[in-house]
Amino acid sequence: MRRAAAVFGLVMAVGVLGSGLALAAAPVDEQTVHAIATQLRCVVCQSLSVADSPSETAHQMRDIIRERLAAGETPDQVTAYFVARYGDWILLAPPRRGFTLLVWVVPFVGLALGLVVVAVAVRRWSRVSAGRAAAPAPEVDAATRERIRREMAEGGP
Amino acid sequence: MSRLRWAIPLAVLPVIALLAYGFWTDPRGEVKSPLIGKPAAPFTLSTFTGTPVSLEGLRGRVVLVNFWASWCIPACYEEAPVLQEVWRDYERRGLAVVGINVQDKDDAARKFMEQFGFTFPNAMDVGGKVAVNYGVYGVPETFLIDKKGRIRERKVGAVDAEALRGHVERLLAESS
Repeated sequence: MRRAAAVFGLVMAVGVLGSGLALAAAPVDEQTVHAIATQLRCVVCQSLSVADSPSETAHQMRDIIRERLAAGETPDQVTAYFVARYGDWILLAPPRRGFTLLVWVVPFVGLALGLVVVAVAVRRWSRVSAGRAAAPAPEVDAATRERIRREMAEGGP
Repeated sequence: MSRLRWAIPLAVLPVIALLAYGFWTDPRGEVKSPLIGKPAAPFTLSTFTGTPVSLEGLRGRVVLVNFWASWCIPACYEEAPVLQEVWRDYERRGLAVVGINVQDKDDAARKFMEQFGFTFPNAMDVGGKVAVNYGVYGVPETFLIDKKGRIRERKVGAVDAEALRGHVERLLAESS
Protein backbone atom coordinates (compact mmCIF):
# COMPACT_ATOMS: atom_id res chain seq x y z
CA MET A 1 0.00 0.00 0.00
CA ARG A 2 2.83 2.31 0.96
CA ARG A 3 4.60 1.29 -2.19
CA ALA A 4 1.56 2.09 -4.26
CA ALA A 5 1.41 5.51 -2.65
CA ALA A 6 5.08 6.06 -3.42
CA VAL A 7 4.58 5.07 -7.04
CA PHE A 8 1.56 7.35 -7.24
CA GLY A 9 3.60 10.18 -5.75
CA LEU A 10 6.36 9.59 -8.25
CA VAL A 11 3.93 9.57 -11.15
CA MET A 12 2.40 12.81 -9.90
CA ALA A 13 5.84 14.39 -9.50
CA VAL A 14 6.83 13.38 -13.02
CA GLY A 15 3.50 14.67 -14.31
CA VAL A 16 3.89 18.04 -12.62
CA LEU A 17 7.51 18.30 -13.75
CA GLY A 18 6.50 17.31 -17.26
CA SER A 19 3.75 19.92 -17.51
CA GLY A 20 6.18 22.46 -16.04
CA LEU A 21 8.68 21.60 -18.75
CA ALA A 22 5.99 21.80 -21.41
CA LEU A 23 5.11 25.29 -20.20
CA ALA A 24 8.77 26.28 -20.15
CA ALA A 25 9.24 24.86 -23.65
CA ALA A 26 6.76 27.34 -25.16
CA PRO A 27 7.17 30.56 -23.22
CA VAL A 28 5.16 33.46 -24.48
CA ASP A 29 7.32 36.49 -25.00
CA GLU A 30 5.58 39.39 -23.27
CA GLN A 31 7.20 41.77 -25.74
CA THR A 32 5.48 39.93 -28.58
CA VAL A 33 2.16 40.18 -26.73
CA HIS A 34 2.80 43.90 -26.26
CA ALA A 35 3.83 44.37 -29.90
CA ILE A 36 0.58 42.79 -31.14
CA ALA A 37 -1.49 44.68 -28.57
CA THR A 38 -0.09 48.05 -29.70
CA GLN A 39 -1.37 47.38 -33.24
CA LEU A 40 -4.91 46.61 -32.10
CA ARG A 41 -7.54 49.17 -31.29
CA CYS A 42 -9.13 48.85 -27.88
CA VAL A 43 -12.75 48.29 -28.89
CA VAL A 44 -14.33 50.10 -25.95
CA CYS A 45 -11.99 53.12 -26.03
CA GLN A 46 -11.50 56.16 -28.21
CA SER A 47 -8.20 55.93 -30.06
CA LEU A 48 -6.34 53.76 -27.58
CA SER A 49 -4.49 50.57 -28.30
CA VAL A 50 -5.12 47.29 -26.52
CA ALA A 51 -1.64 47.69 -25.00
CA ASP A 52 -2.36 51.14 -23.55
CA SER A 53 -5.92 50.71 -22.31
CA PRO A 54 -6.54 49.81 -18.67
CA SER A 55 -10.07 48.56 -19.51
CA GLU A 56 -11.16 45.04 -18.73
CA THR A 57 -11.91 44.38 -22.39
CA ALA A 58 -8.33 45.27 -23.34
CA HIS A 59 -7.07 43.09 -20.51
CA GLN A 60 -9.12 40.17 -21.81
CA MET A 61 -7.85 40.79 -25.33
CA ARG A 62 -4.25 40.73 -24.09
CA ASP A 63 -5.02 37.39 -22.42
CA ILE A 64 -6.41 36.09 -25.70
CA ILE A 65 -3.25 37.24 -27.55
CA ARG A 66 -1.09 35.48 -24.95
CA GLU A 67 -3.15 32.30 -25.16
CA ARG A 68 -3.08 32.14 -28.94
CA LEU A 69 0.70 32.69 -28.99
CA ALA A 70 1.08 29.95 -26.38
CA ALA A 71 -0.96 27.68 -28.63
CA GLY A 72 1.70 28.18 -31.30
CA GLU A 73 0.17 30.88 -33.49
CA THR A 74 2.42 33.43 -35.16
CA PRO A 75 1.89 37.16 -34.42
CA ASP A 76 0.40 37.55 -37.92
CA GLN A 77 -2.09 34.77 -37.26
CA VAL A 78 -3.10 36.38 -33.97
CA THR A 79 -3.67 39.74 -35.68
CA ALA A 80 -5.61 38.01 -38.47
CA TYR A 81 -7.84 36.39 -35.84
CA PHE A 82 -8.91 39.82 -34.61
CA VAL A 83 -9.24 41.29 -38.12
CA ALA A 84 -11.52 38.39 -39.13
CA ARG A 85 -13.89 39.35 -36.31
CA TYR A 86 -13.67 43.12 -36.18
CA GLY A 87 -12.54 43.97 -39.70
CA ASP A 88 -9.66 46.30 -40.57
CA TRP A 89 -11.19 48.72 -38.07
CA ILE A 90 -9.37 46.86 -35.28
CA LEU A 91 -5.99 47.84 -36.74
CA LEU A 92 -4.72 51.19 -35.50
CA ALA A 93 -2.64 51.62 -38.66
CA PRO A 94 -4.79 51.32 -41.80
CA PRO A 95 -3.64 48.53 -44.12
CA ARG A 96 -1.37 49.59 -47.02
CA ARG A 97 -3.71 48.43 -49.75
CA GLY A 98 -7.00 49.41 -51.36
CA PHE A 99 -8.67 52.64 -50.30
CA THR A 100 -6.66 53.06 -47.08
CA LEU A 101 -3.44 53.05 -49.12
CA LEU A 102 -4.36 56.68 -49.82
CA VAL A 103 -3.71 57.53 -46.17
CA TRP A 104 -0.12 56.39 -46.59
CA VAL A 105 0.46 57.94 -50.02
CA VAL A 106 -1.34 61.30 -49.87
CA PRO A 107 0.98 62.96 -47.29
CA PHE A 108 4.04 62.20 -49.42
CA VAL A 109 2.31 63.36 -52.60
CA GLY A 110 1.29 66.53 -50.76
CA LEU A 111 4.84 67.08 -49.53
CA ALA A 112 6.23 66.62 -53.05
CA LEU A 113 3.66 69.03 -54.51
CA GLY A 114 4.45 71.56 -51.78
CA LEU A 115 8.16 71.33 -52.52
CA VAL A 116 7.48 71.92 -56.24
CA VAL A 117 5.34 74.99 -55.41
CA VAL A 118 8.05 76.37 -53.09
CA ALA A 119 10.77 75.74 -55.67
CA VAL A 120 8.80 77.52 -58.41
CA ALA A 121 7.96 80.45 -56.11
CA VAL A 122 11.54 80.86 -54.92
CA ARG A 123 12.82 80.86 -58.50
CA ARG A 124 10.24 83.44 -59.54
CA TRP A 125 11.01 85.74 -56.60
CA SER A 126 14.78 85.53 -57.08
CA ARG A 127 14.31 86.44 -60.76
CA VAL A 128 12.21 89.50 -59.78
CA SER A 129 14.74 90.75 -57.21
CA ALA A 130 17.63 90.09 -59.61
CA GLY A 131 15.81 92.21 -62.20
CA ARG A 132 15.37 94.95 -59.63
CA ALA A 133 19.05 94.93 -58.65
CA ALA A 134 20.09 95.25 -62.28
CA ALA A 135 17.94 98.36 -62.78
CA PRO A 136 19.93 101.66 -62.85
CA ALA A 137 19.80 103.85 -59.78
CA PRO A 138 17.29 106.70 -60.13
CA GLU A 139 18.69 110.09 -61.13
CA VAL A 140 19.10 112.64 -58.33
CA ASP A 141 19.32 116.25 -59.40
CA ALA A 142 22.01 118.60 -58.14
CA ALA A 143 19.68 120.56 -55.82
CA THR A 144 18.52 117.42 -53.97
CA ARG A 145 22.09 116.16 -53.66
CA GLU A 146 23.09 119.48 -52.15
CA ARG A 147 20.20 119.28 -49.64
CA ILE A 148 21.12 115.74 -48.56
CA ARG A 149 24.75 116.79 -48.07
CA ARG A 150 23.72 119.79 -45.98
CA GLU A 151 21.28 117.85 -43.77
CA MET A 152 23.83 115.10 -43.11
CA ALA A 153 26.43 117.67 -42.14
CA GLU A 154 23.96 119.28 -39.70
CA GLY A 155 23.43 115.91 -38.06
CA GLY A 156 19.73 115.70 -38.81
CA PRO A 157 16.79 117.77 -37.53
CA MET B 1 -0.85 85.75 -59.45
CA SER B 2 -4.64 86.30 -59.34
CA ARG B 3 -5.10 82.68 -60.33
CA LEU B 4 -3.00 81.55 -57.36
CA ARG B 5 -5.17 83.57 -54.97
CA TRP B 6 -8.07 81.21 -55.80
CA ALA B 7 -5.89 78.12 -55.59
CA ILE B 8 -5.28 78.46 -51.84
CA PRO B 9 -8.94 78.35 -50.65
CA LEU B 10 -9.64 75.70 -53.28
CA ALA B 11 -6.89 73.52 -51.85
CA VAL B 12 -8.21 73.98 -48.30
CA LEU B 13 -11.80 72.98 -49.18
CA PRO B 14 -11.21 69.24 -49.66
CA VAL B 15 -9.31 69.13 -46.36
CA ILE B 16 -12.22 70.81 -44.54
CA ALA B 17 -14.67 68.46 -46.24
CA LEU B 18 -12.63 65.42 -45.16
CA LEU B 19 -12.40 66.65 -41.57
CA ALA B 20 -16.13 67.43 -41.49
CA TYR B 21 -16.90 63.91 -42.70
CA GLY B 22 -14.58 62.41 -40.09
CA PHE B 23 -15.98 64.39 -37.18
CA TRP B 24 -19.61 63.75 -38.10
CA THR B 25 -19.18 60.02 -38.58
CA ASP B 26 -19.75 57.73 -35.64
CA PRO B 27 -16.48 55.77 -35.43
CA ARG B 28 -18.32 52.59 -34.43
CA GLY B 29 -21.80 52.87 -35.92
CA GLU B 30 -20.55 52.74 -39.48
CA VAL B 31 -18.42 49.66 -39.01
CA LYS B 32 -19.90 46.62 -40.70
CA SER B 33 -19.24 43.30 -39.06
CA PRO B 34 -17.19 41.02 -41.31
CA LEU B 35 -19.02 38.12 -39.66
CA ILE B 36 -22.37 38.58 -41.44
CA GLY B 37 -23.02 35.48 -43.55
CA LYS B 38 -20.19 33.56 -41.87
CA PRO B 39 -20.66 30.51 -39.65
CA ALA B 40 -21.27 31.55 -36.04
CA ALA B 41 -18.42 30.70 -33.68
CA PRO B 42 -19.31 27.74 -31.48
CA PHE B 43 -19.42 28.17 -27.73
CA THR B 44 -20.17 26.10 -24.68
CA LEU B 45 -20.92 27.94 -21.48
CA SER B 46 -22.38 27.11 -18.11
CA THR B 47 -25.62 28.94 -17.41
CA PHE B 48 -26.46 30.69 -14.15
CA THR B 49 -28.65 27.71 -13.28
CA GLY B 50 -25.71 25.38 -13.77
CA THR B 51 -26.72 23.65 -16.99
CA PRO B 52 -24.46 23.81 -20.03
CA VAL B 53 -25.57 25.69 -23.12
CA SER B 54 -23.83 25.29 -26.46
CA LEU B 55 -24.47 26.61 -29.91
CA GLU B 56 -23.84 23.13 -31.27
CA GLY B 57 -26.77 21.86 -29.20
CA LEU B 58 -29.06 24.40 -30.91
CA ARG B 59 -28.13 23.44 -34.47
CA GLY B 60 -31.08 23.60 -36.86
CA ARG B 61 -32.82 26.32 -34.88
CA VAL B 62 -32.83 30.07 -35.32
CA VAL B 63 -30.70 31.38 -32.45
CA LEU B 64 -30.71 34.85 -30.97
CA VAL B 65 -27.50 35.55 -29.09
CA ASN B 66 -27.59 38.64 -26.91
CA PHE B 67 -24.57 40.09 -25.12
CA TRP B 68 -25.53 42.08 -22.04
CA ALA B 69 -24.35 43.37 -18.67
CA SER B 70 -26.13 44.68 -15.60
CA TRP B 71 -23.99 47.84 -15.68
CA CYS B 72 -25.07 48.66 -19.22
CA ILE B 73 -27.47 51.52 -18.56
CA PRO B 74 -29.89 52.29 -20.11
CA ALA B 75 -29.67 50.23 -23.33
CA CYS B 76 -29.63 46.75 -21.73
CA TYR B 77 -32.51 47.71 -19.44
CA GLU B 78 -34.49 49.05 -22.40
CA GLU B 79 -34.15 45.93 -24.49
CA ALA B 80 -34.44 43.29 -21.74
CA PRO B 81 -38.28 43.22 -21.75
CA VAL B 82 -38.24 42.98 -25.56
CA LEU B 83 -35.90 39.97 -25.48
CA GLN B 84 -38.04 38.14 -22.91
CA GLU B 85 -41.18 38.95 -24.93
CA VAL B 86 -39.70 37.76 -28.23
CA TRP B 87 -38.46 34.57 -26.54
CA ARG B 88 -41.91 33.92 -25.06
CA ASP B 89 -43.68 34.57 -28.39
CA TYR B 90 -41.36 32.54 -30.63
CA GLU B 91 -40.12 29.76 -28.36
CA ARG B 92 -42.79 27.36 -29.58
CA ARG B 93 -41.95 28.14 -33.18
CA GLY B 94 -38.37 27.07 -32.66
CA LEU B 95 -36.48 30.23 -31.72
CA ALA B 96 -33.66 29.79 -29.23
CA VAL B 97 -32.47 32.74 -27.19
CA VAL B 98 -29.15 32.73 -25.36
CA GLY B 99 -28.10 35.61 -23.14
CA ILE B 100 -24.36 36.05 -22.70
CA ASN B 101 -23.38 38.15 -19.73
CA VAL B 102 -20.06 39.97 -20.06
CA GLN B 103 -17.72 41.59 -17.53
CA ASP B 104 -20.27 41.42 -14.77
CA LYS B 105 -20.59 40.41 -11.15
CA ASP B 106 -22.52 37.25 -10.45
CA ASP B 107 -25.00 38.78 -7.98
CA ALA B 108 -25.61 41.89 -10.12
CA ALA B 109 -26.25 39.71 -13.18
CA ARG B 110 -28.66 37.48 -11.25
CA LYS B 111 -30.53 40.53 -9.97
CA PHE B 112 -30.87 41.82 -13.54
CA MET B 113 -32.29 38.50 -14.80
CA GLU B 114 -34.69 38.41 -11.86
CA GLN B 115 -35.83 41.98 -12.50
CA PHE B 116 -36.85 41.14 -16.07
CA GLY B 117 -37.96 37.58 -15.37
CA PHE B 118 -35.62 36.02 -17.93
CA THR B 119 -36.63 32.44 -18.68
CA PHE B 120 -34.19 31.78 -21.53
CA PRO B 121 -30.69 30.42 -20.77
CA ASN B 122 -28.12 32.99 -19.68
CA ALA B 123 -24.45 32.37 -19.09
CA MET B 124 -21.45 34.38 -18.05
CA ASP B 125 -18.64 34.77 -20.58
CA VAL B 126 -15.68 34.52 -18.21
CA GLY B 127 -12.55 35.82 -19.93
CA GLY B 128 -14.58 37.43 -22.71
CA LYS B 129 -13.61 34.89 -25.36
CA VAL B 130 -17.09 34.40 -26.77
CA ALA B 131 -17.58 38.16 -27.04
CA VAL B 132 -14.31 38.60 -28.96
CA ASN B 133 -15.20 35.62 -31.16
CA TYR B 134 -18.33 37.51 -32.16
CA GLY B 135 -16.45 40.78 -32.65
CA VAL B 136 -18.41 42.47 -29.89
CA TYR B 137 -17.52 46.12 -29.23
CA GLY B 138 -19.72 46.69 -26.24
CA VAL B 139 -23.05 45.81 -24.74
CA PRO B 140 -25.72 45.33 -25.73
CA GLU B 141 -25.09 43.54 -28.98
CA THR B 142 -27.43 41.05 -30.57
CA PHE B 143 -26.81 38.41 -33.24
CA LEU B 144 -29.30 36.33 -35.16
CA ILE B 145 -28.05 32.96 -36.37
CA ASP B 146 -30.00 31.08 -39.02
CA LYS B 147 -30.89 27.39 -39.08
CA LYS B 148 -27.69 26.62 -40.96
CA GLY B 149 -25.61 28.21 -38.21
CA ARG B 150 -24.63 31.39 -40.06
CA ILE B 151 -24.70 34.87 -38.54
CA ARG B 152 -27.37 36.78 -40.44
CA GLU B 153 -28.11 39.90 -38.43
CA ARG B 154 -26.21 41.97 -35.97
CA LYS B 155 -27.55 44.83 -33.89
CA VAL B 156 -25.30 47.14 -31.89
CA GLY B 157 -27.26 48.84 -29.12
CA ALA B 158 -30.74 48.12 -27.82
CA VAL B 159 -32.88 45.99 -30.15
CA ASP B 160 -35.94 47.45 -31.80
CA ALA B 161 -38.94 45.21 -31.09
CA GLU B 162 -40.53 45.54 -34.55
CA ALA B 163 -37.30 45.10 -36.49
CA LEU B 164 -36.28 42.12 -34.36
CA ARG B 165 -39.64 40.39 -34.82
CA GLY B 166 -39.37 40.95 -38.56
CA HIS B 167 -35.92 39.35 -38.72
CA VAL B 168 -36.97 36.43 -36.52
CA GLU B 169 -40.08 35.77 -38.65
CA ARG B 170 -38.01 35.83 -41.81
CA LEU B 171 -35.35 33.45 -40.50
CA LEU B 172 -37.95 31.07 -39.01
CA ALA B 173 -39.65 30.89 -42.40
CA GLU B 174 -36.45 29.70 -44.10
CA SER B 175 -35.96 25.99 -44.60
CA SER B 176 -33.20 24.39 -42.59
